[in-house]
Amino acid sequence: MAGYSCPDNVFLHAEKISKIYPGTKALDEVSFDLLKGKVNVLVGENGAGKSTLMKMIAGIEQPSSGKMYIGDQEVSFKDTTEARKHGIGIIHQELSLFPNLNVYQNIFMNKELKKGAKLDNEQHMAKARAVLEKLEHPMDPNTIVGTLRVGQQQMVEIARNLVDDDLKVLIMDEPTSSLSQQEVQVLFKIMRELTAGGLSIVYISHRLEEIMEIGDHVTILRDGRYVDDADVKDISISWIVQKMTGGEKNYPKRDRTVDWSKQPKVLEVKDLCLPKPGGGYLVDHVSFDLKKGEVLGIYGLLGAGRSEVFECIMGLHPEHTGEVDIEGKPVQIKSVSQMIDMGVSLIPEDRQGGGLVQTLDIEKNASLAALKRYKKGPFIDSALEDKKVDEEIEDLHIKVADKHLPILSLSGGNQQKVVIAKGLLTEPKIFLMDEPSRGIDVGAKTEVFEIINKYAQQGLSIIVISSELEEIMAISDRIIVLSNGKKTGEFVGDEITKDGLVLASYKGHHTANNKQEGK
Amino acid sequence: MAADTKKGSGGNNQLLMTLLKGRTLIVLAILFVFFSCAAPNFFNVNSLLSVAKHVALFGILAIGMTYVIITGGIDLSVGAVVGFCGMIAGGFLQEGLTLPMFGVTIYMSVPVVVIVTLLIGILLGVVNGLIITKLGVTPFIATLGTMYVWRGFANIRSNGATFNDIAGKAGLGNQGFTFFGSSLGIIPMGVIILVIFAIIAGLVLNKTAFGWHVLAIGGNTNAARLSGIKVDKSLIIVYAISGFCSAMVGIITTAQLMAAHPATGESWEMNAIAASVLGGTSMAGGVGTIVGTIEGAFVIGVINDGMTMMGVTEFWQQVIRGLVIIIAVVIDQVQRNIQARMALQARNESKSEDKAAAATA
Repeated sequence: MAGYSCPDNVFLHAEKISKIYPGTKALDEVSFDLLKGKVNVLVGENGAGKSTLMKMIAGIEQPSSGKMYIGDQEVSFKDTTEARKHGIGIIHQELSLFPNLNVYQNIFMNKELKKGAKLDNEQHMAKARAVLEKLEHPMDPNTIVGTLRVGQQQMVEIARNLVDDDLKVLIMDEPTSSLSQQEVQVLFKIMRELTAGGLSIVYISHRLEEIMEIGDHVTILRDGRYVDDADVKDISISWIVQKMTGGEKNYPKRDRTVDWSKQPKVLEVKDLCLPKPGGGYLVDHVSFDLKKGEVLGIYGLLGAGRSEVFECIMGLHPEHTGEVDIEGKPVQIKSVSQMIDMGVSLIPEDRQGGGLVQTLDIEKNASLAALKRYKKGPFIDSALEDKKVDEEIEDLHIKVADKHLPILSLSGGNQQKVVIAKGLLTEPKIFLMDEPSRGIDVGAKTEVFEIINKYAQQGLSIIVISSELEEIMAISDRIIVLSNGKKTGEFVGDEITKDGLVLASYKGHHTANNKQEGK
Repeated sequence: MAADTKKGSGGNNQLLMTLLKGRTLIVLAILFVFFSCAAPNFFNVNSLLSVAKHVALFGILAIGMTYVIITGGIDLSVGAVVGFCGMIAGGFLQEGLTLPMFGVTIYMSVPVVVIVTLLIGILLGVVNGLIITKLGVTPFIATLGTMYVWRGFANIRSNGATFNDIAGKAGLGNQGFTFFGSSLGIIPMGVIILVIFAIIAGLVLNKTAFGWHVLAIGGNTNAARLSGIKVDKSLIIVYAISGFCSAMVGIITTAQLMAAHPATGESWEMNAIAASVLGGTSMAGGVGTIVGTIEGAFVIGVINDGMTMMGVTEFWQQVIRGLVIIIAVVIDQVQRNIQARMALQARNESKSEDKAAAATA
């Protein structure tokens, strides 16, 4: 279908782009206009589809359906080189530099300048120096990138894109998450210069106040769908938050009438700190408690320090400071096995990387953490192991034809239930679940929530981390919010509102910036 | 069309898998038949026992090696441990242990010599394990380094000379070491030890929590750690097992040869690795069986001795051995790919079944 032609102020038009990953629809018929010479801002919660949409435009991934137009031409990018030919460059959320190479090698990687057959390193250095000066970050192009500060690395990443003269679009996926306030201001200045020169920028950020400062036009995505778009001059932060969360919509809240003040404290965390390599904190003086039979939710953005709190409690970061009391007694946390013996169990965030042993069968994956308990003399008591695993399979309704099949023969939801079974088989008192519903379909999600409910009612104390608002509101009795390593909110019962949670989840960044500005 | 071929291959896959799983045994059988025809004196009790006697040496090494490889590691130092432990045992028997500060030389009885040698083997393995876990050196480099160190000490012990008086003397009460080189009836002692070790190692790997922890560490170290498995401790034990097996081989080979030479065991680690891999142990870790390793050891042994009996030169033997190993690994990967495909298929089927069930309900 020819015939679509972009209006004059639009560089690229994306028409009904969809992207389907196994089990989830990351983008659902999203249309998007990339405005020429403007800072186009994309906003949405984690998993709203911002990064996915940009990956399509930068040629990193290909849409499952939908079309893209530049001018009156339909385009499709099978890789980044092809997108680059149309002048589209991207700065990734995670830095994609070569830490083992030096600055100019990074900048000119795969676009090397040659003198005959030989690399023209003098020109590499000269051009690298020039572009870094333009970015107000002069540095020696011979420096090994791995030795630079993260902020400087970010600049190298930007320089890498700017060194081409034909750049028309620069996509920046959370470029400021690792920059200091001063560096952010330099970046904004550069962005303004670039747009004044006719370059179009797509900007993804979690820092809402930045959007108001630098953005020209905002597009909001939610759950992979387009929600709204508007010029920044016409809107406010609260408008953005409302659109991001879906506004007035109310979801059934958890309804339990338990007098929590009468329940004993199972876990108390005081002043938990985990230093960040290179300064600052991943977990910044966080305190909270957990009652018997309670489901405590931890909400926050990616990188807010949620998983790190679990890792500290679980004994993966012996360098953490602060006090952790279990059933009123302070615990010296040394190792994972010690914490499992103390009745703490963790469902890791990364099911494939940390939850499962792919080479073992279903039964062994379930019994792995508890094997020590099933002994008859020197050998494993297979009968007891069988019985325990069967009970758990039954209890969690895991759909298993034969528990000696490979673990990967199960669907994602059932794999997750096996990981949950593994945790429960250690007979924990405190159950830590990190994104327990990630990457599983809606049906399986509901079942996981039912499991949480059931065990909480039986007296198991559970802490759940989730990035999904509806989810965490539906399962938690109480929610604490982390932002930038700090605890920025605590909500019980009727106090739990979407807007409140979202606002709190951005608070840590505001205070951090204010502090730096105050200096 | 693509869908059709997939459906058609479903039944064949099952048959293919059965063949692939039993491939080491099948290859072994074919080799037996082939060499029995090609080398007329191959198929008789004496030459088969001699094959078994050779297999016992690197078979025992391969048992320890299999544990190591299942954890995702490698132990290049086993050959050097064989040489070093052989020299330790031989030296104790011939020269005794001289303590200059007391001016005495202690001659230990054979059981004590054997126990001390085995303990030293375990100690060397523990050192490997500590370097790998506590100092964070990759297993390949750590054991490459210790391989040179142990071999150097083996030479230092005698200044490169051979201890050839290990029968012991009645007056010193240290006779009887040759027991390990003797035969029980017609069966060589090495073969008996191989069988005992294999049975114990197989039981430990499949029937104890430790064995499953080893399999889990190799499959996904991170998940193992998060499951509360003491990864470092398990790895140290695994390298200690490898050291123990190597020391045992050092004792057996010294007894068989009636002499301890510092170069004994050079490049034996390669045979041990080859046997493990031929038996289906995955170098990526997480997968492997002791039974498979023993079968693999016999494949190598039969090829070696069979070719020698056929009069194939040592140089061509090397070529063939190398090719066999590569082909074995290629087949192993084919099997894994098919397995992965079947797992995916099963997963999709169960999904559509779920959906069908949901639709009817």
